[in-house]
Amino acid sequence: MTTTATPRTSPTALPEPRAINLARTTATATRVLRQLRHDPRTIALMILIPCLMLLLLRYVFDGSPRTFDSIGASLLGIFPLITMFLVTSIATLRERTSGTLERLLAMPLGKGDLIAGYALAFGAIALIQSVLATALAVWALGLDVTGSAWLLLLVALLDALLGTALGLFVSAFASSEFQAVQFMPAVIFPQLLLCGLFTPRPDMHPVLEGISNVLPMSYAVDGMNEVLKHTDVTAAFVRDALIVAACALLVLTLGAATLRRRTA
Amino acid sequence: MMNNASGTPAPTPPPSDHPAVHAAGLTVVRGPRQVLRGLDFDVPRGRITGLLGPSGCGKSTLMRSIAGTQAKVTGTLDVLGLPAGHAALRSRIGYVTQAPSVYDDLSVRQNLDYFAAILDPGRAAADRRHENVEHAISDVDLASHADALAGNLSGGQRSRVSLAVALLGTPELLVLDEPTVGLDPVLRRDLWQLFHTIAADRGTTLLVSSHVMDEAERCHRLLLMRAGEILAADTPDALRTRTGTDTVEAAFLHLVDEAIAAAADNQSRKESVR
Repeated sequence: MTTTATPRTSPTALPEPRAINLARTTATATRVLRQLRHDPRTIALMILIPCLMLLLLRYVFDGSPRTFDSIGASLLGIFPLITMFLVTSIATLRERTSGTLERLLAMPLGKGDLIAGYALAFGAIALIQSVLATALAVWALGLDVTGSAWLLLLVALLDALLGTALGLFVSAFASSEFQAVQFMPAVIFPQLLLCGLFTPRPDMHPVLEGISNVLPMSYAVDGMNEVLKHTDVTAAFVRDALIVAACALLVLTLGAATLRRRTA
Repeated sequence: MMNNASGTPAPTPPPSDHPAVHAAGLTVVRGPRQVLRGLDFDVPRGRITGLLGPSGCGKSTLMRSIAGTQAKVTGTLDVLGLPAGHAALRSRIGYVTQAPSVYDDLSVRQNLDYFAAILDPGRAAADRRHENVEHAISDVDLASHADALAGNLSGGQRSRVSLAVALLGTPELLVLDEPTVGLDPVLRRDLWQLFHTIAADRGTTLLVSSHVMDEAERCHRLLLMRAGEILAADTPDALRTRTGTDTVEAAFLHLVDEAIAAAADNQSRKESVR
């Protein structure tokens, strides 16, 4: 209880408590998952579509299993990124427009708690999605990976985190759900074209190759291909995984900066 | 302001040598427009203060400023003795926005459980939280709908869920932006009874906005606003007596006419000087 004299200053920005509060973070994650549980169709779509696409892809490349190996492994990394991007951007946009974000930020909730809560909840969904997709690809569809399937899963999870981070960040620039879904082609498609899925990155025009070098999805796909071709954890794999993780953290921090306690 | 250093032990609620809200020269700019123009007013503790005025006069902006969510606030605005928006105030103020801000895809109880966990986190507080949630649900008379999805409730019910969230954790100051809009007369009466109970039993300060003048009669004190300025701050009785009118509505209209006349007078005087 403060008994100090009333400061004669106008309200100013106050230092935020830095550390993440574990209880508030898990409460937020539980809440996000509860919201999803009331929407079983979304859960089904998130979990089943990647599996269906892999199945489709397997028979599209029925005559060339080598192509399926490389594209399939890349897609295992790309699916969680796209799904989590879409889900997070819409979910946080709703949070912004429904007034619940304003309410939460007027309460003793740290921005880090909110973001970590979202990352935790969608990370759990991404885990289920990736386990199912990877298991299906490796065991049922005969995806031929030289390295460990666990490493595929690790990259898939990092990609999901990156997708969550990007979705959170772009939701700040969308004022409607129409705009939010349009950020998908704007943010994801260029990365999809330049990540090495369609043609190896060194074969691209040097300018495009240069651009692809600074896009995080390129490293996600590179990492997947490392696992595909090598039995052990290569230095290149570690580098790729670290770059994806660092990008995700960087974008999450940028996303946190877009959450304002005071708005006009 | 007086700062009487009393040596008496602090009872609950703590001795308040300052009002719940104190504003001096409070100005808010939104875009090119000055929405609040140098307001000076006090909101006394433990009372219901009505904030009345036509739509668009700046009521919501003032409430957002007090809750600490409004940007570009200048001048002095102290809330419970701290500058508005201070981190320590976040658990001491309950703020209800005009549009109900709850999760439509959660049940009433799940909504309250979540917000309670933000206010009072940790496993150790689980029992206390559960009690608070049940209390808040019964306060707003939604026990029969506790497990319904908020999105499936009527507009009035959803706004009561939003109010219940603000009642969690027994805040010292409740800032309610048009809490009774769109409610039927019975519910409105019940809510006003609840507001009076909260003020009397818990010593909570309430700041309630409305653009319906008949609700003014139910407040202890009134702040009448028009076009970003405070027209008058007094009790309903004093306002009626001063203006020689029977209702607060008539008093408000009288004060508006007075303000317009004064402005026109000023204008013509300026012109005659030129």
